[in-house]
Amino acid sequence: MKTFLKTTVKNTLLSASLATALLATSGLFAAEYAIDKKGQHASIQFKISHLGYSWMVGRFNDFDGSFSYDEKDKAASKVNVIVNTKSVDSNHAERDKHLRSDDFLDVEKFPQAKFESTKYTEGKDGKATLIGNLTLHGVTKEVIVAVSQVGAGKDPWGGFRRGFEGTTRIALKDFGITKNLGPASAELDLIFNFEGVKK
Amino acid sequence: MLKNTTVAFGLISKTLHWSMAVILVGLFAVGLYMTDLDYYDALYHTLPWWHKSFGLLVMALLIIRYIWKRLNPEPQALTSHKNWEVFLAQFIQKLFYVLILLIGLSGYFISTAKGKGIEFFGWFEVPAITQAIEEERADLVGEIHQVLAITLIVLAVLHAAAALKHHFIDKDETLNRMINK
Repeated sequence: MKTFLKTTVKNTLLSASLATALLATSGLFAAEYAIDKKGQHASIQFKISHLGYSWMVGRFNDFDGSFSYDEKDKAASKVNVIVNTKSVDSNHAERDKHLRSDDFLDVEKFPQAKFESTKYTEGKDGKATLIGNLTLHGVTKEVIVAVSQVGAGKDPWGGFRRGFEGTTRIALKDFGITKNLGPASAELDLIFNFEGVKK
Repeated sequence: MLKNTTVAFGLISKTLHWSMAVILVGLFAVGLYMTDLDYYDALYHTLPWWHKSFGLLVMALLIIRYIWKRLNPEPQALTSHKNWEVFLAQFIQKLFYVLILLIGLSGYFISTAKGKGIEFFGWFEVPAITQAIEEERADLVGEIHQVLAITLIVLAVLHAAAALKHHFIDKDETLNRMINK
């Protein structure tokens, strides 16, 4: 009896570790991609209304991240991006200085913004919904990003690439940025274009 | 009398002194005011434009003033002034020139940090000499501009207080020399 119990426990432990190993292995099928920062096939832009009369488009030049994508288990896909807020660029020295100040991004206090996905659901047409936590200006909030997969395949240099574009709309005050830019400019669109190179 | 003599300031020196004094105090006041304006304020774009034009003007005046000073005899300090007073006054005067130069340069770098020039009263554009300054440095330059400007104004207040002390308490010619024809 005692021996039997011992064996059972041993077997349970064994199967448990085997299961873990299998899970880990199945995790390996999900390909990991590094965002192609080096080749600059990636961008983070923002688009905000100017007085309600036109769109002002700016960008963050410095960011890094990676994503995983499993063709067999798309829901397991994940993405993580870290943005250097100091790199905000609207092609206007004084405005960029103002955007870095405590009226807006407060880059001294909050040098990083980040996005961590929590859920990904992709339809058959490549259109997907990505839910994740966006940390901006020290505030973390859940955002829903409309994603579409642009394409995937071999590149001419022996690698494998996959690219997505995504957009989401956020309200500045939700992230504690209270500077009043007028009623037309309370919200802005974030536009992501990421090409990943398979690791 | 346009030129200085060893006992008096000429008209050009006096004009440079007072015009720069007025412009610099104005730049300081406008500088403090305009950086806190709301985006919807009617002056949000106009005040910085004037600030930059007058800033460039004061830089030009500084260069002219320095050259003029070198071309002219130096009016000697009043004999009633003590040695330390003369030394301090001369030191502060040099410090003024250096501060104005540095404030002007830092202001120039704030506006040209992305390689765009600065308009001079809509007349012509002073080009940028830099293509792009790093963000950290651009923000540091902004802080330097502010701190130096405050330093300049504090020293200017002391400078004015000293002039008034000479005029009303010592009843000497110090202030009159900078005013009278």
